[in-house]
Amino acid sequence: MITFILRRLLLAIPTLLFISLMIFLIVDLAPGSPASQIPLTVPPEVKAKILEQMGVNDPMPVRYALWLRQFFIVEPAYWIDSLFGTTLSEGQQRIVSWQFRGPVMDVILERIPQTLMVVGSAYLVGVLIALPIGIYSAYRQYSAFDQVGSFVAMLGFSVPTFFTGVLISYIFAIKLGWFPTVYDTTLKVTDWESFVKQLRQMAMPVMVLALANAATISRFMRSSMLENMTQDYVRTARAKGLSERTVVLKHVLRNSLISVVTVIAIGIPSIFGGAIVTENIFKVNGIGSALINAINVSDLPMVQTIVFIFAILVVLFNLIADVLYGLLDPRIRYD
Amino acid sequence: MPDGALPVLDVKDLKTVFRTRGGEVHAVNNVSFHLQPGELLGVVGESGSGKSVTMMSLIGLLPQPPADIRGGQVMLGDIDLRTAPAEVLRGVRGKRIGFVFQDPMTSLNPVFTVGSQIMEPLRLHMGMTKAQATERAVELLELVGIPDARKRLKSYPHQFSGGMRQRVMIAIALACDPEVLIADEPTTALDVTIQAQILELVKDLRKKLGMAIIWITHDLGVIAGIADRVMVMYGGQVVEQAPVKDLFARPQHPYTRALLKTVPHLTGARQARLQVIEGQPPILTAHPTACAFRARCTHRFERCDAENPLRRPVGHGHDVACHWVVNAEVAHA
Ligand SMILES: Nc1ncnc2c1ncn2[C@@H]1O[C@H](COP(=O)(O)OP(=O)(O)OP(=O)(O)O)[C@@H](O)[C@H]1O
Ligand SMILES: [Mg+2]
Repeated sequence: MITFILRRLLLAIPTLLFISLMIFLIVDLAPGSPASQIPLTVPPEVKAKILEQMGVNDPMPVRYALWLRQFFIVEPAYWIDSLFGTTLSEGQQRIVSWQFRGPVMDVILERIPQTLMVVGSAYLVGVLIALPIGIYSAYRQYSAFDQVGSFVAMLGFSVPTFFTGVLISYIFAIKLGWFPTVYDTTLKVTDWESFVKQLRQMAMPVMVLALANAATISRFMRSSMLENMTQDYVRTARAKGLSERTVVLKHVLRNSLISVVTVIAIGIPSIFGGAIVTENIFKVNGIGSALINAINVSDLPMVQTIVFIFAILVVLFNLIADVLYGLLDPRIRYD
Repeated sequence: MPDGALPVLDVKDLKTVFRTRGGEVHAVNNVSFHLQPGELLGVVGESGSGKSVTMMSLIGLLPQPPADIRGGQVMLGDIDLRTAPAEVLRGVRGKRIGFVFQDPMTSLNPVFTVGSQIMEPLRLHMGMTKAQATERAVELLELVGIPDARKRLKSYPHQFSGGMRQRVMIAIALACDPEVLIADEPTTALDVTIQAQILELVKDLRKKLGMAIIWITHDLGVIAGIADRVMVMYGGQVVEQAPVKDLFARPQHPYTRALLKTVPHLTGARQARLQVIEGQPPILTAHPTACAFRARCTHRFERCDAENPLRRPVGHGHDVACHWVVNAEVAHA
């Protein structure tokens, strides 16, 4: 197992390098220039100097090489320094955002907690409601519960979050006034009152994303259960005299979870994808809105770094999914 | 096998219908048979003749719907399994009636250890503690001839060969010392040498444990080797039933006769070619009102189209459902 993980991690390096190059090439093709962000009142020669300093005019390969070095060497070194008080990164330039003129990583690390808080808990809520619904729908296939569940799930994954988001925001925040329309990023949970406030401002984005997540996962859980329900070993379990409950909740569920857990793990990076739309609708100041803003102002280092972090997460969670698969299914052996 | 003893299992007029989108399928039509204590009853018949559905109907193993058990009586001792409440049936399954299925590759749950799967019925029906169940599971694996039993308890099904898995299935079925073991083509999915080993094992276990066995198979050679009595099924009905020697010596029903001709003989004159039974199996869309075999029968006459023959005795413990046979008997008399 350990060798399997190590081998996969090694294999991930060329994959990620290739992805980073792709990201760099594509982002570089995008129109727009950071120059447009500099106020018109700034004299052209000053403007040129600023751009020069930012390294905007360097040829693409030079910028790519610099970024690679910064991402893989300077940034880790910087974190090691701040953890152990060493001086590895002294005099080295970290990845700098063109819009903030400060390290990209600082911005990202400041934004990630917001995203995890909202989008992460939405995923968790989604999974927690999806699993029992999926299991029960399969157990009572074609029952009223299953029919209603199918209908809601259909809505959940056919209506995009930017629509449900706006709709829910309109109903609950504007018409009913139950929840605030704007997410207050500066809110610190210190006591009961601020905790309730935090819950209230999280409610809508969590609702929207949880619905979308629960829809897919509950359908997946259901079909995985149904697929296993017709297997021969289920008949064997019944022939032993086990109750239907034990047959379904032990024998069928345990087998169904193998694929469902894998899907859930692979879906985790999509939290950040989902964040992009939802954060903008509910004005949550997270990583998704940071990406959108960076795109708007052609802050290429920021865009490249955020997108690349997404790519790392995708690769990482694929590996985690494979490992979980191996742990859950005794037939799989990694050696 | 004392002839006069009360049967362990007595089935009367069992009728099972499947409701499908294309209409009803009358899979089991008024099947009656009995099983004496310690007896091995062989069940033969071509594919689709209702062998499996009959046995699964006995203990409520068919999903309902689509299956619908329309009538009959299934007496196990003094309980009628057909009308017994679900808990009673569950108490019988795995305890008083053990089941072995055709495909050992898929009949065990791949994610649980073999030991836990054997221990499940023990803990459920016998109220054993984990330690007791473990000891019994070791005993059972040794009984079915799995070497290194204690260690193998922790193995998963995929770590066993097909034959070994079928041994495990047998161990599970026998775990609670059942009165009846139903084996539905337990060797069909195995290669010939393994088949022979499993057959030997079952013969041996029967001697040791003395349970009654219902053995479903396509293989008349197997039947000749192990059965006490044989029941021949066709179109969801029992068409002939006799002690094994009697059936091979004096097959009565035209279908049984045809079936016996399809068996290749190793000894004696080389047959010109292997016989096949001409024609198609019947389509079971309604309750039969005529003989199910008539379309393929060489002895068909008017009565066969008008009336479904009932089983009548033609010898000691030998009965047959055929108008022509009874006619023939009468003609001879
Ligand atoms: N779930 C079902 N729905 C509809 N018809 C079914 C179903 N299960 C079985 N049948 C029908 O019942 C009839 C009897 O099937 P059964 O499985 O008992 O045959 P069998 O004698 O065991 O055959 P085999 O030797 O192939 O195992 C067949 O005609 C089959 O098509
Ligand atoms: Mg069958």
